[in-house]
Amino acid sequence: MDIFFFLLFAFIAVIAAVNVVLQRHPISSALSLVGVMASLAVLYLLLGAEFIAMAQLIVYAGAIMVLFVFVIMLLNAGTEERSGRSWLSQVLGVPAIVALLGLLCFFAYKVFPNAGFVKFGDFTGGGAKEIGYALFTEYLLPFEVTSILILIAIVGAIVLARKELD
Amino acid sequence: MEPADALKLLNSGVPVSWYLTLSAILFAVGVAGFLFRRNIITVFMCIELMLNAVNLSFITFAHQHRQASGQLFAFFVMVVAAAEAAVGLAIILTVFRNRSTLNIDEINTLKN
Repeated sequence: MDIFFFLLFAFIAVIAAVNVVLQRHPISSALSLVGVMASLAVLYLLLGAEFIAMAQLIVYAGAIMVLFVFVIMLLNAGTEERSGRSWLSQVLGVPAIVALLGLLCFFAYKVFPNAGFVKFGDFTGGGAKEIGYALFTEYLLPFEVTSILILIAIVGAIVLARKELD
Repeated sequence: MEPADALKLLNSGVPVSWYLTLSAILFAVGVAGFLFRRNIITVFMCIELMLNAVNLSFITFAHQHRQASGQLFAFFVMVVAAAEAAVGLAIILTVFRNRSTLNIDEINTLKN
């Protein structure tokens, strides 16, 4: 059953990811990206990360993608025009990406040859209680630094996006 | 393969390496989009795709080591991605206001 769910949602994730790259209109790319994030949330559930799966749905698929769609509509971004690329980059681009993928997979198999199996229910340490406990004991300092980071991001976004006054 | 063996494979779960391979595929697709696309918003979305691929690796390793720490790393990546999206989209707004284009080929100087 695990393998069935993994294959189904991995397939959806890959198809949607390829669609993000191939679509010419940014809105279509954004909606495909929502599909990637939702199917990744299901895979997180299979890996026993319940809290992260919900955070993925709420923060990524909810907040961040709404921000993207807002900006796309605000800027009235249309279909992207084809621009002339150099002959070399057109010929070498796809093989270079495939080589990168092959290298990543090679090292994943080389470094973790007997990494074991993922079974739903094997690991239940990803609930809100365990995450919260670790966050407020072992990882308290990074958590506090994160709040400062978000404050800086809010101030920076407002400063950058406001209308210039003469 | 005997039917019993196939059933055993079906019940033993998904190999960790399959999750890592999926993560690698998503990362490579993100890199491809980052390099091939010309629209600055789509390029930004491909960065988010790469961050998600890395998150999947983190959570896979958290499951493999039976520790919640890996999931916390994914959590922090998510927070940083949210901050990055807010600032990045503000920068895109400013760029569009100053140059009225979203094509990264035409945005090739820092100053006007």
